[in-house]
Formats: sequence, structure tokens, C-alpha cells
Amino acid sequence: MSEVISEQKRKIHPHKFTLWVAIGSILMMFAGLTSAYIVKRSQASWLMIEIPMMFWYSTATILASSVTVQLALKALKKREMINYRRLLLVTAVLGVLFIALQVAGFSQFAAQDIRLIGAGSNASYSFLLAISGLHGVHVLGGVVALVVIAIRALNSSTRSYSSVPLEIAATYWHFVDALWIYLFIFFTWMK
Amino acid sequence: MSSETISHGHAAEASVHSHDSHEAHGHDHHHEESFLSKYVFSTDHKMIGKQFLITGIIWAIIGGLFSVLFRLQLGYPEMSFPVLEDLFGKWAAGGRISNEFYYALVTMHGTILVFFVLTAGLSGTFANILIPLQIGARDMASGFMNMLSYWFFFLASVVMFASLFIQTGPASGGWTIYPPLSALGQASEGSKLGMDFWLISMALFIVSSLLGGLNYISTILNLRTKGMSMTRMPLTMWAIFFTAVLGVLSFPVLLSGAVLLLFDRNLGTSFYLSEIVVKGEILPNEGGSAILFQHLFWFLGHPEVYIILLPAMGMVSEILSVNSRKPIFGYLAMVGSLFAICILAFLVWAHHMFVTGLNPFLGAFFVLLTLLIAVPSAIKVFNWLTTLWRGNIRFTPGMLFSIGFVSLFISGGLTGIFLGNSTLDIHLHDTYFVVAHFHIVMGVASFFGMFAGVYHWFPKMYGRYLNNTMAYIHFWVTLVGSYLIFWPMHYSGLAGMPRRYTDWSNWQSFNQFQDMNRFISTVAMIVFAAQLLFVFNFFYSIFKGRKVTSTNPWGANTLEWTTPINPGHGNWPGDIPEVHRWAYDYGKDGREFIPQTEPIGADESKH
Repeated sequence: MSEVISEQKRKIHPHKFTLWVAIGSILMMFAGLTSAYIVKRSQASWLMIEIPMMFWYSTATILASSVTVQLALKALKKREMINYRRLLLVTAVLGVLFIALQVAGFSQFAAQDIRLIGAGSNASYSFLLAISGLHGVHVLGGVVALVVIAIRALNSSTRSYSSVPLEIAATYWHFVDALWIYLFIFFTWMK
Repeated sequence: MSSETISHGHAAEASVHSHDSHEAHGHDHHHEESFLSKYVFSTDHKMIGKQFLITGIIWAIIGGLFSVLFRLQLGYPEMSFPVLEDLFGKWAAGGRISNEFYYALVTMHGTILVFFVLTAGLSGTFANILIPLQIGARDMASGFMNMLSYWFFFLASVVMFASLFIQTGPASGGWTIYPPLSALGQASEGSKLGMDFWLISMALFIVSSLLGGLNYISTILNLRTKGMSMTRMPLTMWAIFFTAVLGVLSFPVLLSGAVLLLFDRNLGTSFYLSEIVVKGEILPNEGGSAILFQHLFWFLGHPEVYIILLPAMGMVSEILSVNSRKPIFGYLAMVGSLFAICILAFLVWAHHMFVTGLNPFLGAFFVLLTLLIAVPSAIKVFNWLTTLWRGNIRFTPGMLFSIGFVSLFISGGLTGIFLGNSTLDIHLHDTYFVVAHFHIVMGVASFFGMFAGVYHWFPKMYGRYLNNTMAYIHFWVTLVGSYLIFWPMHYSGLAGMPRRYTDWSNWQSFNQFQDMNRFISTVAMIVFAAQLLFVFNFFYSIFKGRKVTSTNPWGANTLEWTTPINPGHGNWPGDIPEVHRWAYDYGKDGREFIPQTEPIGADESKH
């Protein structure tokens, strides 16, 4: 088995490679947005953003979900299928919870009478919404991927023990996690 | 559980994606396919390529027809054409194209040709057809993603096409859709629903491009056959590879810009809007920056030029070498210059913005970087000419279009040096000089590359030849016509004649160009007719063309000519051939050509 693995390691699976290129592409999108933010910030009528407390909780949630997806991968490789499915679903639920907490964070602004969109809104908060919103869409994409993998794992007719799909999903999951950490630090730093 | 399945998910995965052809794809692969799975929801890269090509041709006819319509207005401003009113109703009341409709036509002409024809139709077609055939793979890294890429393009096409029929008309703010015009529905008819359709269509288009691009990169880097090192690849592969890299890195930035524009349009945010009065109404937006959009747009917009041009360069390099019966001159210099263009493409976007109030000090850097592009471009031209030099040239239609490409690239490239200077740009900006420049160097030149590719690889796509007589008529009319259309525009542009006007008849300074305008319009119609001849030739030859009788009709070295005349899904009936040499051993050691699959002989000279 060690031979097979070492042979495998020499050549990356094409789908995994594709994911890495896709990650580069998504990074460009957020690089575009955050540099637009920096440009805009130096111009007149910029409001200092106050990061809602809720974002700290959502950050903790997405960090935790990265751990669970890694544990799921470990469980799959050890063939602990019950554990694997459970961890997979926990990860997906944490992903949904992350988005819910983000939404809750944004609703705090409404309570403080800060407009994110519409008349009287300021580009600074609109940026926060647009960038975090786009990040949320990417998290949702990851949740869909995890759910598809979970359904396949529960479906007895196509029993697959290949770890490649989950490895790809896990890499993506860690990526959206790291991306959020970057955005979080970015927003805290560059208010 | 066997250890293979543990560490190597292929066997299990194959049950899910049965068409993922990086698996050893069975030998003679002739399972019965239904009409739907063969022609519509196909995962075969060759069929997907043909889908892109034919959709692109349909779009080219529509986009080309639009240009004929507005050329009619520009060439004959005093005449009325009742047929236009029959066709377009209120947009051409009295048989004259209305100002609003003129803008819509120009915008759609640009959008359709830049994105739907010369991006999807060109690189979508040839990347799909050529990548697996030329690197020796059964199919793309993911056939499913490849299929999705076409269907997202198809959806984008449907949305864009639908926008032509809505009451307020399609987007009409120019293909660059600068806000605030494009952000405010009350500012123009075309900024109402048509603009939303445009943005949705482009978002779908970007998804299509990204899915395609990811696949092209991944396939070229991972699925090359044994012996096919990167430096043995034909230049078409290098060009398509760099094109895909450009697309994957720049399209997401356009998407960011488009998302923010959608926010401004529909959610009342102020990313791009600030202190605006429209028709007496004071808008509440403040603090936005319209220039921000231009930065985001041109960060894609400039690489987009090379996304269009690079595949044409790659195909031309290949076709010139094959039909000169000589190795390409300076293979590594060709790869290096592609790479240099690719890097520079990301560093010059602000040369589209010299007159936006850009800091002149900053502008100086962009001038320098822009003019630097002349270096790799000159290397490429030099190498094409030296490849032709003392070659044993066969003037096939593909070859003629390739030579035409080189000619147009030189003519159009030289005017780029004028425009790249920020001082000259103050005068030339937004004049017909710019129109002439980008049509020759990006539009017509890329079209020539595309035609060259179609004529050269048609035998591989359909197992038949295109008709040569029609091809020669097509070539000469198009080449002469393109110069006759765009060359005179340089003069009116230098004289300061601005673009985006429907009628100059009341503008004394430009009255002198009226005859020239009429001349341009007449030639444009003739050239358009010649394109219809090509379309006829294309569809006629699919069914009735002369049949190809040998697997290698051009005597070329590359791998696609080692497949059967009509390759099935999986491309090679037996094993994938192994590669032993680069793709350009023409006229070597007294032999006309030596295919890549032939092992190096014991006493062979070095190339």
C-alpha cells in the first residue's frame, strides 16, 4: 500500500489540480474586491466600519467546521463509516450555522440604524455586505458539495470508498475558511 | 478493500463519472449513444468544440449583421430604408435608425463579437477540439465540467438573445458598460431591463469561461501522453494554455465589478454613484466612484484582448510552420514571448484610462509597460516571417488566412504604439483611430486566426474538406475588404472624428468624410456577404464536402493526425501514441516531415 500511495503522490489527481486553479481564480475575485475597498477607503465620505460581535462567533464556527471536515476525512480513511457520515453532516450544519450567524451579524446593523443598501447607505458598509455576501455564497457552494457527498455515502447502491471527492471538498472547505479569516482580519484592520 | 481503491479512487469514481476519460478508456469505444447524449449533452471534447463553433458562427452572423445595419445609417444618413421600419418598428421609425437603437446596435455588436464570438467561439472551439488531440489524451480532465461550460455559454446566449426582444431594448451603454449611465435605469432606455439581462448573461458567460479555462489548464498540465514534455508541445497548446491562465485570473475581477454594479442598480448602493442629477431629479447616492468600475473592468478588459488574440497566434504559428514545410523559427522565443505578453497583459489596464484624470506620473509607467508589449510582439512577427522565409510554401486557405493574420497584426500593432502614448491619446482618444486600431489588431486579426483554424482543422472535425474556390474568394474579399474598411478610419480619427455618433451631417468639420463613410459602408456590406459565403461553405461541406482519404492530409507532425479520419470518443482506437520529438521536424535530414510519434533515429541530426 505504501508503494501505491507514493506513486500516487508523485502525480496530483487532475480534479484536485483543477480545484487549486479554481482557488487561484476565486482569490483573484476577492483580490479585486478588497483592492477596490482599499481604493474607496482613501476617498471622501468613508465611514469607519464596526465589526459586529456576531462575526467573532461565526469565525469560531467556521474554524470548528474545518476541524470536523478534517476528522471526517480521517474517519473515511480508517473506514469508520458511521463516524464519517456524522462528521460530514456536522460540518455541513456548521457551515449553515456560519451563514446564519453572518446574517444575524448584519441584522445587528439594522438595529443600530446603519443602512447597508438603499438610500442613505454608505459604500463602506455596502462593501462589507457585498464581500461577505459573496464569501457566504462560496460557503454555500461548499455545503452543497458536502451534502452531495453525504447523500452518496448514505446511498447503499453506489458504495464508494474513494477519498478523492472528500479530499477535494475538504481542501475547498479549508480554503473558504482561510478566505474568511483573511477577510475578517482585513475588515478589522482596514476599517 | 483492496489497497488500490483506498489510495486511488479511480475505479470507484468511474461509476459516477463514466465519461471521465483520464481513466484508461476502453479500446474500440463504440457503445450506442442516443441522439441526446451524442449531439446535445455530449461530454466528448470534439462535439463540445463543434457546439462552441456553430453557436459562435450564429452569433457572428447576428453581430456582423448589426454592424451592417449601423454602417447603413453612418454611410447614408440622409436616406431612409423602409425595410428597417418593417423590421424594427419604433426603433427605426421612418426607416432611419434612431439614436437609442444605434447605441443598442453598437453595444450588442461589441459584446457579441468580443465575448460570444472571439472568446467562446474561438478559444472554446479550438481549446476543446485541439487540446486532447494534440497532447495525446482521451478527453478533458473533466468531461462533465466541459459540458457544463458549453451549457452555461448556451444559457448566457439565450439571455443575451432574449434581451434583444424586450420592450426597452438591449443594453446600450457601450460594451464597456461604464456607470453611471449603465447603473441608472432613468438615464436611458437601454439601462433599464436590457442592462440587467446583459449583466446576468455576462455572469453566466464568466462561469462558462472559468469552467472551460480550469479544464484546459488542468488537462494540459496533467494529461499529456508519455514523452510529451511541455517543450515538445505544439505552439497551439502553449497559446491556449496562456489564454486559459489569463481568463481564469482576469474574469473573476470583471465578475466582482459586475456584482457591485448589480448592487448599485438594484439595491440602491453607491459603489459607483455620487452626486448625480438625472432629468432634474437629484439622486440620494453619494460617495461612489465611477472610475473604480473602469479599473475593475479594464483589469479584465485588457487581458481579454489577449484572450482573444493568443489562440489565433498559436494556431497561426502551427499552420505557418506546417505549410512552409519548415520548423517554426525560434520555438522557445515564441513560448517566451507568449509568457511575456501574458504577464504584461495584467500591468497595462490603465492605458484605457489616460483621459479619466489619471495621475500623469502614474500614466508614465503605464505608457512604458504598454510600449514594452511591442517587444514580445515584434519577436513573434519576426519569427513568423523567418518561418516563411525560403519556405516551400503551400498556399492552402488556412495558410493564406495565417499570412493575412500576420499582415493585420503588423498593421494594427503599429497603431497601438501611437495609442499607447498618453500624450497622443489625449487627441486620439474616442476617435475613429481607436476604432480602426482595435478592429484590425484584435477583431479582424483574430477572425483571420479563427478562419485559418477552421480551414486547417475542418478535415479533422468533419472528415471532409471545405470547398477551396469559395475559400479563396472568402479570403481575398475579406483581406482586401478589411483594409478598405479600417484603413481610412485612421485618417478621420486623426482628424478628430469621434466615435459613438449616429450622424455627422450637421458637423462641418467632418462633412469632408461623408464620401469616405459611404465607401466604408459599401465595402462592409460586401465583406459581410463574403462571410455568408463562408457560412454556406461551412455547412455545405459538413455534408457534401470532398471526403478526406488519408489520416494526415496536410503532412503534419502533430498527434491529431495520428487518429482515425473520424475519431470516436476516446480519440485513439488503441493505445495513446508515445511522443519522441517536438512538433516541428519539417524538412529535416532530407525528409519532408517526421511525425512526433517517430522515435529519434540513431544518426539523426539535432534540430
